[in-house]
Order: sequence, then structure tokens, then C-alpha cells
Amino acid sequence: MLRPRIIPCLLVKNGGLVKTVNFDHPKYVGDPINAVRIFNEKEVDELIVLDIDASVQNREPDYALIRNLAGECRMPLCYGGGVRNVEQFERIVSLGVEKVAVSSTAVRTPELISRAAEVVGGQSVVVVMDVRRDPGTKKYQLRMHNGKVHCDREPAEFAAEVERLGAGEIVVNSIDHDGVMKGYDLELARTIRRASTLPMSVLGGAGKLQDIADLIREFGTVGAAAGSLFVFKGSLRAVLINYPSRAQRDALFEECNGRQNR
Amino acid sequence: MIAIVHYGLGNVHAIANIYKRLGIPQVIATTPADLAAASHIVLPGVGAFDWAMKRLNESGLREALEHCVLVERKPVLGICVGMQMLAQRSEEGSLPGLSWIHGEVRRFDASRFAGETRLPHMGWNDVRPRQTGGLFKQLTSGARFYFLHSYYFSPKNDDNVLATTDYFGEFACSVGSENIYGVQFHPEKSHQWGIQLLKNFAEL
Repeated sequence: MLRPRIIPCLLVKNGGLVKTVNFDHPKYVGDPINAVRIFNEKEVDELIVLDIDASVQNREPDYALIRNLAGECRMPLCYGGGVRNVEQFERIVSLGVEKVAVSSTAVRTPELISRAAEVVGGQSVVVVMDVRRDPGTKKYQLRMHNGKVHCDREPAEFAAEVERLGAGEIVVNSIDHDGVMKGYDLELARTIRRASTLPMSVLGGAGKLQDIADLIREFGTVGAAAGSLFVFKGSLRAVLINYPSRAQRDALFEECNGRQNR
Repeated sequence: MIAIVHYGLGNVHAIANIYKRLGIPQVIATTPADLAAASHIVLPGVGAFDWAMKRLNESGLREALEHCVLVERKPVLGICVGMQMLAQRSEEGSLPGLSWIHGEVRRFDASRFAGETRLPHMGWNDVRPRQTGGLFKQLTSGARFYFLHSYYFSPKNDDNVLATTDYFGEFACSVGSENIYGVQFHPEKSHQWGIQLLKNFAEL
């Protein structure tokens, strides 16, 4: 049975790990390699690492960091940040990364998705969609550059396009729910699920395991990604890397069964 | 000595790190001499079929690799695209495969997903070995591995199937023929089960 994936998502800024709220207020939470070692011991399903400086600063991905992360990870790794061309996809995969994520680049040059898929295979091409609800119109908007730049694309329509272009996964990231820890934006997840049949991971808002259960119950074999949940403990947000044990995860999947593997 | 073929793709460092932790000598092989000195060979891979074949063909290692595997009969383990390369051909590309095991690589038939197409097959799934020892020693019950692929190896002879996985129907997630082995999943990214499998391979 193919299981849902529970995925810690780590943000890198100035070489350190941070956690944001609504894509802002980065708080330092530790060293990336150290975090990976802890997540190895906890046998996490998969890991996403996003360099949130690279695209904004218009610089190359930090290949030395990526090489170290990939060598250290005993779980699959998805890297994103600063990826703008096929050569970078190729180089990052050759460093031992299973999946490479693009967001701003996918919006500006969607055809890169097809070209990258021809080289590294579609299974390794991930599109991260940063979405927020427009405060005025209440409609979902796709954003670029850590949410700072609006782009004139409708999220559902964009999700369908990246599937046509050969991407392997969509990570839908709610800017409004980021770091708030009050549950996923399930409506946003529904919008994207209806538009695309690609494997989907949902990020932004998980504050407790029950939030993950709610997502799995509705969407079955889905990726449940979270930042704050796995790096903070308690209401004071003390930094403590944590992750449910295998027994806890199996119990959670069992509890949600019925929609799984469908 | 385990040689991990470094031809520009696949997670050579993660595989090397696991063998280091197990205390099993390993080398990231970049020259024919590295392969010649090894007792076992791991052929990793992430990427599209033609790209992987092209990189291997251009690596300067193919001839030495074929000598080790086909003449000296050293155990070899293909991982992911490394397993698919063992086949004669792939629907994903036009270049010929290594043709070490009869069969071809096919894309999952989307029609069997009944409108709920979910490709690639991505995540942790159960692996059911057909044998108890060898590559799957101590992995016969409850073993899970990480998969990431849209194509699978369809061997010509059912005897070459070592293990199966269910994803809207069964497919061969591991194949073998004498000293040649392949796994579609990523043992280097599959925690305790992957470590066990890599250890088993070293003991073959």
C-alpha cells in the first residue's frame, strides 16, 4: 500500500535554518546538517529544503550545501531555491538530490519544466506554488519571490499547465497559513486537487498531528508537509526538532484509512 | 570492496555513507581500475532513461563494467534508473539499454488508475520478496521502501522477478539473473530496510 508522506520542510537563509510566519519574520532555528541528522534518526518519510534567499538575491544555488545535505540524508530530499535552468537541475540531481523544486522560475518560464523532465525525468521535477487569498477579492492568487510579487496566473489553471508540461509533483504552499499552525488551507488543496492528478503535497498551517490527519482523511495518499510543527514545541515556540514515531504514523494512517491508496 | 559507479547521476554519496556506517569498504568508482579492484558493484541512478544511458556510455566506465559483470560475474546492483538500464530498451527513450536481463521498461498504464491518475508512483510502499534469503534476507515481512518513478521493468521471464509491489496492480520492483540484481526503489533512502538490503547485497 502506498502511504501518505509526512514531510518536514526546512527553510535556509544565510546558511542557517529559519522558520517564517506568513512568509515573513524569519526566526533562526538551527543548523541544516544537524537538523538532517536528527531527522535521519527519526526516520522521516521525506525532506524538503528550500533556500529562500537564492531566487530573491538572483544567485546560484549553494551547491556545497546541497552536496552535504544529499550525502547526509538517509531519506529522499527535495531541494528548491535559485533554480533557473536545465543545467542547474542536472547538476543538483548529480549531487544526489531526488527532486528539484522550482516556483518563481516555473511561473516565468513554464517550458523549463518540460526541458528539465527530459533530462532528469518528470518524477524529479517539483513545482512549488505559493498561494495567498487576495484580501479584497478573496480569490486565490499565485505569488513569486517568497510571496512578494504577484503574478497574473490563476492557481488551478497553473496546476493543470505544469502537469501537462511534465512535472512530477505539486507542492501547494499557503502563504496565509504559513507558520500560523491552525490547520491546512483545505479549500486551497481542493482547488489544486481538482485541477491536477499529479501527486500533491500540501504545506502551510499544520500545528498538530490532527491537522495532518484531517488532510489525509480527505485526500488519501497525499504529502503532508510542515515546518513549524516539526521544529517548534509548545506555545512559546521553543526550538525542538520532533517528528511522529513510526508507530504514531501508522496509527494515524490507520485512523484515516478508507480514503488511502485510492 | 563495493564500487559505486559514479557516472554523473544517482546518489553515490548517500550509498557510500551507508557502507561507511556499516564498516564495509567502499569506493566511489570513477575509473576502470576502481571497478577492477571491486568485489561488488552498485549502479545507482536518478533521471530519464536516455540521459542515464548517455552519461554511462560517455563515462569511460562501460567497457570495464561489462567485463566485471558479464565475464568476471561480480555481483551488481542497479538502483532505480540503474535497474531500468539492465533492460533491453525503455519506452522512455530511444537508446538501447545494457540488455543484461531480458525485458523492457514500460510506463505505468494510466487507464488502470480509473480517472485518478497518480503518476509518478511516489512514496513508501510495501515490497513482497519471492524468496527469503539473498538480497531480501530479513526483509520478508513488513519491509517498506521509497519509490519515485513512472516507468517499471517488465522482465521477459517471470523467473527474473525477485520481488513485487502493488500500485494499482502488481509490478516487479526487483529483478535478478545470476549475479545481476536490480531494485526500482531507493535503498539508500529507505532507512533501516534500505540499509539491510545494501548490507545483504554486500554479503552476496
